[in-house]
Parts: sequence; structure tokens; C-alpha cells
Amino acid sequence: MNHTLLQLIVFLPLLGALIAGLLGRSIGHRTSEIVTSGLLVLAALFSWIVFLQWTMGGGEAAHHAEAGHGGDHAFVAAESVKVELFRWISTAGLDLKWMIRADTLTAVMLVVVTSVSSLVHIYSIGYMHEDPHRSRFFAYLSLFTFAMLMLVTADNFLQMFFGWEGVGVASYLLIGFWYKKPSANAAAMKAFIVNRVGDFGFALGIFAAFMMLGSIDFDSAFAHVADMEGKNISFLWAEWDAMTVICLLLFLGAMGKSAQFLLHTWLPDAMEGPTPVSALIHAATMVTAGVFMVARLSPMFEASETAMTVVVYVGAITAFFAATVGLVQNDIKRVIAYSTCSQLGYMFVALGLGAYSAGIFHLFTHAFFKALLFLGAGSVIHAMHHEQDMRKMGGIKDKVPLTYWMMMIGTLALTGVGLPLHLLVDALPNIGFAGFYSKDSIIEAAYGAHTAAGGFAFWALVVAALFTSFYSWRLVHLTFHGETRASKETFDHAHESPMVMLVPLFVLAAGAVFAGYIWYDSFFGHAEHVEHFFKGAVVVDAELIDAAHHVPTWVKLSATFAMIIGFVAAWYFYIAKPETPKTLAKEHAGLYAFLLNKWYFDELYDFLFVRPAKWIGTALWRGFDDWFIDGVIVGGIARRVKDITSQVVRLQSGYLYHYALAMLIGVAALITWAIAAGGLLG
Amino acid sequence: MSSDLTSFVALAPAYPELLLAIGAIILLMMGVFSNEKTGNTMIVGVAIGLLAVTAVLVAIHPAEGVLFNGAFIQDGFARFMKVLVLTGSAFALVLSVSTASDHNLNKFEYPVLVILASLGMLMMISANDLISLYIGLELQSLSLYVIAAFKRDSGRATEAGLKYFVLGALSSGMLLYGASMVYGFTGQTQLDEIAKVISLGEPSLGLIVGLVFLLAGLAFKISAVPFHMWTPDVYEGVPTPVTAFFASAPKVAAMALFIRVVFDTFEPIAKDWQQIVIFVSIASMVLAAFAAIGQKKLKRLIAYSSIGHVGFALVGLSAGSQTGVEGVSIYMAIYLTMTIGLFACILALRTDQGYVEDISDLAGIAQTRPFIASGIAIIMFSLIGLPPLAGFFAKWEVFLAAVEAQLFVLAVIGVLASAISAFYYLRVVRTMFFDEPNHQFIKTPNELNVVIALTAALIVTYGLTVGGFLKDVAGIAAGSLF
Repeated sequence: MNHTLLQLIVFLPLLGALIAGLLGRSIGHRTSEIVTSGLLVLAALFSWIVFLQWTMGGGEAAHHAEAGHGGDHAFVAAESVKVELFRWISTAGLDLKWMIRADTLTAVMLVVVTSVSSLVHIYSIGYMHEDPHRSRFFAYLSLFTFAMLMLVTADNFLQMFFGWEGVGVASYLLIGFWYKKPSANAAAMKAFIVNRVGDFGFALGIFAAFMMLGSIDFDSAFAHVADMEGKNISFLWAEWDAMTVICLLLFLGAMGKSAQFLLHTWLPDAMEGPTPVSALIHAATMVTAGVFMVARLSPMFEASETAMTVVVYVGAITAFFAATVGLVQNDIKRVIAYSTCSQLGYMFVALGLGAYSAGIFHLFTHAFFKALLFLGAGSVIHAMHHEQDMRKMGGIKDKVPLTYWMMMIGTLALTGVGLPLHLLVDALPNIGFAGFYSKDSIIEAAYGAHTAAGGFAFWALVVAALFTSFYSWRLVHLTFHGETRASKETFDHAHESPMVMLVPLFVLAAGAVFAGYIWYDSFFGHAEHVEHFFKGAVVVDAELIDAAHHVPTWVKLSATFAMIIGFVAAWYFYIAKPETPKTLAKEHAGLYAFLLNKWYFDELYDFLFVRPAKWIGTALWRGFDDWFIDGVIVGGIARRVKDITSQVVRLQSGYLYHYALAMLIGVAALITWAIAAGGLLG
Repeated sequence: MSSDLTSFVALAPAYPELLLAIGAIILLMMGVFSNEKTGNTMIVGVAIGLLAVTAVLVAIHPAEGVLFNGAFIQDGFARFMKVLVLTGSAFALVLSVSTASDHNLNKFEYPVLVILASLGMLMMISANDLISLYIGLELQSLSLYVIAAFKRDSGRATEAGLKYFVLGALSSGMLLYGASMVYGFTGQTQLDEIAKVISLGEPSLGLIVGLVFLLAGLAFKISAVPFHMWTPDVYEGVPTPVTAFFASAPKVAAMALFIRVVFDTFEPIAKDWQQIVIFVSIASMVLAAFAAIGQKKLKRLIAYSSIGHVGFALVGLSAGSQTGVEGVSIYMAIYLTMTIGLFACILALRTDQGYVEDISDLAGIAQTRPFIASGIAIIMFSLIGLPPLAGFFAKWEVFLAAVEAQLFVLAVIGVLASAISAFYYLRVVRTMFFDEPNHQFIKTPNELNVVIALTAALIVTYGLTVGGFLKDVAGIAAGSLF
């Protein structure tokens, strides 16, 4: 693989960010847009070259790497290309180089990140064309892309942490891009602070990993995992199994970044940012960083049964929970945001089961159709003059026909529409949209795992698939079908977006349609093919893949049935009998409010964390800082100084004899002092 | 020994003093015989030239030695201090060129008196005998008394002159009394001879009393607490160009004398005078810091500021080491620069009604006179001791000497006093930059602008330009005392 090409992929976005960020004012918005987008398109092209070379050509190393599984075999490092940029830290026991690491996992991520990013850049030229700070926006987008690329090309924990925090910062900047909007600022802070909780765990995990495994280089750390069996680490109040603690701490970081259950609250609020940002960061790339991280560290997670089980449960609960909330949301972007949250849950279930390739597969296809949905939603919002409430839309199908069809493709891909022809005739392949392949793979793997966690996950995911189908079609119906509920003026002015926004939709739509069909075999077809494809980049559990392929027929059809039920229900609720949702909401007012208010998580956190923190903050501010530091110490000293001053000034009376007396007293005092100090009195 | 007066070449170390003395007499003659209107300006010019030439002579003329039966000494330290004194006097006269008529100083006697005072200061610096010490001191003091009361029709100026005279006489009395005690208990008048006698035996009570009285008389001249009371009244009462003179050259000369006396004469009982200097130093720093906060008049503020700075300079002296003397020498040079610059700024601010007196008169001059405002601001920040301005290096040197001498408490008190003093300096800056202007000022004479620009440039670029050179020279000067 070409080393220069890899360096270009990583650093072209940084170059773009620097040009647009530092020179944006002088070179103008249009130039900034073209430069950043152009560089990103270039990076995307290079990424595809790298990806195809790597996966088709079989890499340059001759031997076939074999990943160790569960500590049964000696660990064999993944086949990868490493480009050393420079030596970073070199001390006793720690020799750290800044490296670009490329293996199959990285190549997949490179393709996802640069493709979606370049399309979002282009799309933003149209979407942001009225914004007076476009250069800054493009600089942030490119900066984000650079940080994300640093993350996925990391060869050690520290570099990954750098990228991890870098995307956090860029995300903060982009969510709060419209910094004059208080809600955008609040959302930016929320995203940052909630992520800190996860990052704290991540950092602790890195420390623990370094302490136990003796290295923060991935390959050498993985090599030591096998020795960790039965080793304990003392953490908080007790001794725990070392790998379990390390993996759970690391997973905490993944939960924050990927908005998993309990740390998910920032993602819906992050929709305050411009819609292209939501598509890039909060659908396709940054939120998948957690998934990527777990997959990257799969040799470590394999060593802890407990951690894997936790990952499955958290993923399954998130998938179910987010889907239920998505059912009743009215903001078009929030529906998609909860959908993202839910789909991330799917990915984690796959990871937790040991079907890493399935998780990555879903990450890969999801990036296309979710970015497509977000950008399509952006196109709708653009058409409706920044209206995001679906209750004020409807019937705009003919106004924005291209956007409508693109959203249709996205919805079909998300709900997993496909024909399971393989079940009928063995020779025929399954035909369907991208989501059909990846999602069904995960559901089948969940059943095929034959564990308690897998069983739970299976049912949670099937129900979530039903809900997914329902809210997706609800979104389509409310937005495009039926009678319009928009004001006449808005409706009349609704217009199709310019080509610069539509072309990225077409490209993503192509991905949403074909990505699953093309790469199914590589990611989750035959175990041998999968192993050959990944070359050890993630652990491949051949037994699980086989088991997933040999689940009963009803299991294979379950997702499709769930999808059809959801579709019919949505059709019945919003097209056939549009008054049904209202009566249903009235009859089950409590449940409706529970879902509408997102299970009251924001309120709970507000009560548990935000208010006590604010109370402590106010107490320290008013009581400690204002009263004690400012009042007593600073103000008190200042007042004493003034008191002394007024006394001292009175000494200067202006009378000559006072002055003479002062001199004589001074001499007398000095003589006394000199004699006493000189010891002459004694 | 007796050949001093017969051979002109043998008098080489005293050439500067001779030049100044003869020059003063010639200038007096010129004044008497010239036209009052035109002659006056010429005499000021000649006087400045004379001081400048003398300064150059001191600086480049390497003759050093002891003259007049040991009464007069010319060494590296004396030459360093003399250059400072002559520079200070010359600049004080420069400041008075355009402003003299406004202050009733446009009489030919004024420059002549300044030259005579400067001659006295040179004698003080070179004094190597209690007698010559006293004569130099009195030549300076008498000239200053007259200068203080020079504006005869002004009540404030005459009051200031009288106060200065009476208290000065008291201090001279103390100094003489101390000198007589020292002579009585050692049997010597020559400074180095006294030191030899002291080192022979245990210091007696009478000697300590003599020491304290002698130092009290000198402390009055450098206006150290508690002998400072005249300073605010005199600074405020006398015309501003005279204040500029008082605050610059005589301070340096008196400090030089103080240093020579404690190091040459009382070196063997260093512990005793160090106690006194530490006390005086702390009292000066602390009292000045507090008292200055309460001032409304600009010149009184400067008076307390100068008291405080004497306190800081004495911190270096308290160390009793060569580093300390070096620090004080640097301190006095920088203090002189800042004082001259500050008075140039004040004299540059003249309204139709007269010169600025209150701090509040400076309100908003950043808008009306940005050049002078920035000049004052730079000097104020330097007086506070903010890096990288010259004032920082001055304080750095003396505190460093104190820390090296293990005087940690003194150094800490000094830093605290410096912090408190920042308050009143910054208040001036705030008044200039953030209050609304309330005066219209008339045009500034060119020479004042030049002085402001020069001092400000020196202060700002100190670390890069003159800093290294000054440290070298001060090091040589301090070395000659040990």
C-alpha cells in the first residue's frame, strides 16, 4: 500500500482546515468552500484506492494472519501497513511513535469517513450558502475529518485518544456553530460534558491497559492479553478481573461517544447544529467511533466474557429504548437522531456477541443510508424554510420529488427491505437494500449465539426493527404524504434543493442501495471469506458466523416480518386512519408522555446531577469565592490598607515641630534598637 | 602629601571638581555683567554644557587616587555616582529651560546654584574624611535651601524652603554630633582610619550612638523614614523644576555618601548598621506605600514614591555585600532615569491656568495628549516594577542581593510593599486612560518631548540595550569599595 497516499488522506483535510480557518477571511468564502471540498474529494478518492487495493489485492504481506480467539492460540498481529510520521514520546518504558496504521478495519473507516465527509462538504456549499461564517464552518468540518482520520489510523491508545478528543472538540464547535442561539450553545456544552463522563472511563481504561499490559501500542498490548487470564486489578474498593475492568472502562468511553443508553442524552440535543453536521458527525462518523474502538480492541474484549455480555445488553437496551422514543418525536431531525442511537445499539450487540465483522458491516452501510436520511431531511428543512416540526409539513412529495425519492431509498435501506430469495432457492442470492443485509446479519447472529444475552438481544432487536419501520414510515408519511399542514405561504414557496445538494444524495443513495449486496460476502458471508477480508484486523468467530447462517427460517424472516408490520401500522395510522394516533395518545396518555419525554432521562439527570452541581457551584461561588475570597480576603485587605492609609496620612500634619519630634523619636528608637540588638545593654 | 597643592598634575583626580568650581565662578561673573533678558538663557545653556562636560570628564578621565591629606578620594564608585549626579543635575536644568519663567526661576543665580549644589554633591561622593564629608554636605544643602526658597513671592515656596532649612539644620546637627562621637571614641576623622581603629577592639556604646546619629543625618538627606517628613511638603511647595532637581541628583549623592560611610567606616561593625538600615528600609517601603495611597496631589504622590524607592534601594544596602552595592548603584541609575522622565511629563502638561497639580488633573489625557500619557504610563509601570521595564530590573537586583544575604523577611516585605504601591501608580494610569478629559493643554516644549521619548525608550528597552552595560559598570563601581 502506498505510504504517501495514506499520509495524504490524513493530512489533506488538515491542510484544508488550516487554509479555510486561518485564511478564510482573506481568500473569501467561495474559495474556502472549493478548497476544503476539493481536498476532501481527493482524500476520498485516495481512500477508495487504498480500500480496493487492500481488500482486492490481499495486502502486501504474504502470510495469512490468523487472529487468536479467546486466548486459545498465540496471538498473531493483524496484517497491516504502518507509516511512521515521527517519534512522539520516548522515556523509560514508553516509546511512542506517531504512526498511521492501515489494515482492513482502518480501510473501511477511511472510506466511510472521507466519502461521507466529502459529500457533506459539497452538500454544505448549497445548504449553508446564506451563512455569513461559511469559511469557519468548512474549517471546522475539515478539522473534524482530520481528527476522525487520526482516530481511525491510530496505532496506539494515545493517538486514538488524541483523535477521540479531537472529534469531541470539533463536534462541540460544530454543534455550537450558531453560537448566538442559546439552545445551540447549551447543546454543544451538553455534548461535551456528557462525553467527558465517557472519556473519563476511556482514559482510566487506557491507564489500566498500560499498567497491566505494559504497552499502549495496540499490537504489543494485544500480544500480552493472553497472559492476563486470572490476573486481578484493584479498582475502587475491590479486586476485579483485570481484563474485565479494562474493557468495561474502555467501553464506558465508547458508550459516551456512541450515545449508548444512559449516556445518550446529548445526541438528540446535538441536532441543534447545522444539518450537514448531524449527517457527518452524529450519524455516519463520530458516533461510530465507539463501535470502531471496540472492534479495534476486539482481542482485548474477547478476553472478558463479562465485558462482552455487558456490551450486548447495553446495545440491545439502547436499540430498543431509542426506537421507542423515536416513535413519538415530532422534530424530523430528532426522529433520525433516535434512529441513529438505536442503530448504534444494533452495532454494539453484534460486537458484544463476537460478530465484530457484522457490527462493522452495519456501521458501513448505516453510514450511507443514515447520512442520506439526514441530508434528505436537511433538503426538506431547506425547502420548508427551516421548519423542522413534522406536524407542520405533509404533502410536499410533488414539491420536492428528487428529495422524496432519495428519502424513500434511505427509508427502505434503514428499515431493511429485501427479498430473502436464498431461503426459497439455494442458488439465488438475497436481494435487498443495504440495511437488509447488515441488520439481518446482526439479528441472526444474536439468535445464533445461543446465549441468554443473545436471546434477549434477539427479541429486543426484532421489536426495535418493528419500531424502526414504524417511525421511519411515519416520518415519510407525515412529511411527504397526505394533506399539507404547513402554512399556505411556506407550502407555496417549498422548492427543490439545488443540484449541489442533490448530487451528494444520489451518491449516498447508490451506497444505500448497493453497499450491502456488494460487501455482504466479505463482511458476513462465509467465515473464510470474512477472515480473508479482515486479515486479522478484528477477531472473526467462524463458529458464530456459521451458526448465524443456520438459524431456523422463522428467525431469518423475523426481521422482515417486523418490518412489514411496522410499515402496515404506519400506513394505517397516518394514511388510512389519520385520527388514530391522537386517540391512541389520549387513551394511553401516561405512556405517550413517557415516550415523548424520552423516558424522562433529561429530567432525571437534571435532578440527580445538574441541580446538585449547580447548587454546589453557586454555593462555592457566592459563599466561598464572593464572600470569603473576594469579600474577606481581597476586600478585607483592601479595606485594611485604606484604614492604615488614613492613619498614616494624619501623621503628616504640616507642623515643623511634629516633624522635628518625629526625627528625634526616630533617632532615640534607632539608638535603643541598635544597642539592644548589638547586645551592648547586657 | 603636601605636594598636592603645588603640582597641578597631581591634582588630576580632582579635575572635575575644579572645573565645576571655576565654572561656577565664571558663570556668576557672566550673570552679573550680562543683559538680564538675553543672558539668562545663555547662562542656563552654558551651565548645562558645563555639567555635561564635567560628566564626560569624570567618565573618561581615569585618574583615581587620594588627595588633600586623605580628605578626598576618587575611585570607581565615586566616578559612577558622579556621572549619575551630573547627569541628573544637567537634565534638571534642561527641564527648567522653557518652564523657568512660569516658576520665577528665570534668574541667572538658579543655574549657578544648581552647579554649586552639584559641586557639593561631588565633594560628598568623594569625601574620605568626616570634615570634608560635612563641608561637601553643607555646600550642597545650603545651595538647596536657597533654591527651595528661590521663588520669594510665593508663600508655599518660602514655607517649604524654611521647613527644609530648619529640619536640615537639625539633621546637620545630628550628623555633626554623631561625627564628634565617632571622633571621640576612635580618635580619627579619616574614614578608613576610623575603620582600622574600630576593627581593633569591641565596639563601644559611644561609637554606636555616634553611628546612629551620623546615619540619621544621612537618612534625612535621602529622606528615609522616620526622617522623611520634610519631603512631601517640600516637594509640593517648591516650583516643579526644582522638585525635579531635588528628587534626582541630591538623592543619588546622599545615597552614595551613605554607602561610602557604612562600607568604608563602619565595615567592622556591619551587623550594627545593617540592623538600622533594615529598619529604615522597611519603614520607608511600608509607610510610603500606605501614605501614597491617600494623596491627591501629584507631587506629594511622587514624594512618597521617592521615599518608597529609597526604601527599596536600602534593601540592597542591607545585604551588606558587593552584590548589594551593585544593586543599589543600578537602582539609583534607573530611579534617576524614571524621575527625570516623570517630571518631564508633568512639566509638559500645562494648561492656561498653570501646571497640573492634582492627580485628577490628569483625567483623560490619554485622549488629548496620548504621547505624554503613554510616557507616564510606561514610567508608572516601571516604578511598580513590571517586567520587562527597567524598574523591574532595579528591584530584581536589590531583592536578589537581599535573598543572597538570607534576608528573606526583608525581601518578602519589600515585595508586598511593592504590590501595595502598585495601587497608587495604577490609579494614575487609570485616571489618564479611563476618565473623561477635563483640561485643555497647551503645546509642549520640544526638549521635554525629547527627554520623555529618551527616558521612555531607555526604560522599555533596558533589558536589551543599556542593561548589560550598566550592570558591568555598576559591578566595577561596587568592586572598588571592597
